[in-house]
Amino acid sequence: MSTVQTAERPTPAPASMTPEMKKAVRRTGWVRRAPLMPALIFAILVTQLPFLLTIFYSLQSWNLVRPGSSEFVGLANYVNVFADSTFRGAALRTILITGGCVLIAMLFGVLLAILLDRPFRGRGVVRTLLITPFLVMPVAGALLWKTTIFDPLFGLLNFVLSPFGVDSVAWVSQYPMAAVITALVWQWTPFMMLLVLAGLQSQGKDVLEASATDGANRWQTFRWVTLPHLRRYIELGLLLGSIYVVNTFDTIYMMTQGGPGTSTTNLPFYLYQRAFLGFDVGQAAALGVVTVIGTIIVATVAMRLIFRSFSREDS
Amino acid sequence: MNASTELTSGPRPAESRSGAPAGRRKQTGSQRAGGIALTTLTWVLGLAFFFPVLWMALTGFKSEAEAYSDPPTLFFVPTLEQYRSVFDRGVLPYLLNSVWATLISAILVIVLATPAAYALSIKPVKRTQDVLFFFISTKMLPVAAVIVPLYVAAQQLSLADNIWTLVILYTAMNLPIAVWMMRSFFMEVPKEMLEAARVDGATLPQMLRQVLMPVVLPGVAATALICLIFSWNEFFFAVNLTAARAATVPVFLVGFITSEGLYWAQLSAAATLASLPVILAGWAAQKQLVRGLSMGAVK
Repeated sequence: MSTVQTAERPTPAPASMTPEMKKAVRRTGWVRRAPLMPALIFAILVTQLPFLLTIFYSLQSWNLVRPGSSEFVGLANYVNVFADSTFRGAALRTILITGGCVLIAMLFGVLLAILLDRPFRGRGVVRTLLITPFLVMPVAGALLWKTTIFDPLFGLLNFVLSPFGVDSVAWVSQYPMAAVITALVWQWTPFMMLLVLAGLQSQGKDVLEASATDGANRWQTFRWVTLPHLRRYIELGLLLGSIYVVNTFDTIYMMTQGGPGTSTTNLPFYLYQRAFLGFDVGQAAALGVVTVIGTIIVATVAMRLIFRSFSREDS
Repeated sequence: MNASTELTSGPRPAESRSGAPAGRRKQTGSQRAGGIALTTLTWVLGLAFFFPVLWMALTGFKSEAEAYSDPPTLFFVPTLEQYRSVFDRGVLPYLLNSVWATLISAILVIVLATPAAYALSIKPVKRTQDVLFFFISTKMLPVAAVIVPLYVAAQQLSLADNIWTLVILYTAMNLPIAVWMMRSFFMEVPKEMLEAARVDGATLPQMLRQVLMPVVLPGVAATALICLIFSWNEFFFAVNLTAARAATVPVFLVGFITSEGLYWAQLSAAATLASLPVILAGWAAQKQLVRGLSMGAVK
């Protein structure tokens, strides 16, 4: 298990040091920092600079199709963002898609991990089969779900369901949200499964045996020994999964283009529409800033909580 | 769940000592039957999850009439016709762009992340925690939020529709994962080994080469693989920042949205071709996959 604490804490310079000693300490500080700098500077330049620019653009009225049209408008774009009901809808749908996908994928992931955590013939093969959906290019996966599986006339789903009286359902246009979430759950279940499986396999066999000698049945052992142990793996999976799924763009672009109407438009897709179909730079930038702030607040809190729980158990 | 024990969720394990069946170790007939049932269930679920991938691969070898049929065609004479059509459609430049963007950015990530991870583990800088959280917080920045300035910057620096734009962005995208992951490998280097080498008077390059390298090298390989997987499949930057010259494989697949009705078999061939490198890489790196996906937090 990795830790967040440092291996060897650099000692701070005590106040009683001579200037030469202080200089030496500072020099070793820079020697230590040198290997870190290229990566840190690169990360700051490529990720923070565009964000600062986004803030700058968000205060401008600027349309890409009219060059030279940019002018300072203050917070007008932000006023529009909060008055924009499509934005609020997109934010809600982002939460729904992310939450739905991550929770359902986790349920499947826990189930599959438990099934895989016992020796049986072909275990390696089944594991390999199960991780494959995560490796398929998401763009390709979305296209396949949309066509070969969900197609109203020749899709596999209608064929499989036809004995039950289901006929020619146009899944993607009638149930767009469910269709998108299904494709995403399929893609993300392997991710959750791998994390939970790692959790199960890191469990000490002695603890399980002790619980069995104490007379606990399998359900009791699972409920009172395994599940508490798995908790932080589940939390980690939910958090990391959310970070990725919140940004879902490819699946929606390929399956529904945000539609019908705006019924599957999430924030990334809405931002894309505003920037590249509306060419409204200022408005898109303001949307971006609001999105970033919202994401950072939610994610930082969750992140600190979860990684703290990981390092606590180590120490 | 075995049949001989009751499902009682109430009491904690320590309190339910009395109700334990005596011979738990010996496998009874019902337990074996339960085992077979569980194994079967696992196989069925595994195959169910894999089925869409299998169907994609199969459909790629069908003719269009066989792909577009009700009931679905199960038995057919495989043809390479669709793959030929995909290459006729000009997939090759897209593949090459993907290869270059993916490979160069993976190399850059390793070059940047390895020394950084060293400075966050073996000889840690002050405020190591803050630096680590800074890296991971860049992962939380929604990429869609910064696409506008990136687009404008690419235009102004004449980097629009340029493979290097993708290289830079993919490097930034994977750097946090790589730093965290590489750090988890460095943390595994036993301190006694470093100490012993130092006492023996090893110089820094000697120490790096003889003590650190052997432990960390598998980590470099695993990290590179994770980066390859994420960059190869990346779509958002590719579709928004490239056009005819620098477009990658996922962008090639966009061409199938509109013409899907008539070209399922060709679409499947293209999708298989696009996914195959990452599927093979992921299968090969299964053991390291979980570590990469959890940024080194889980082994």
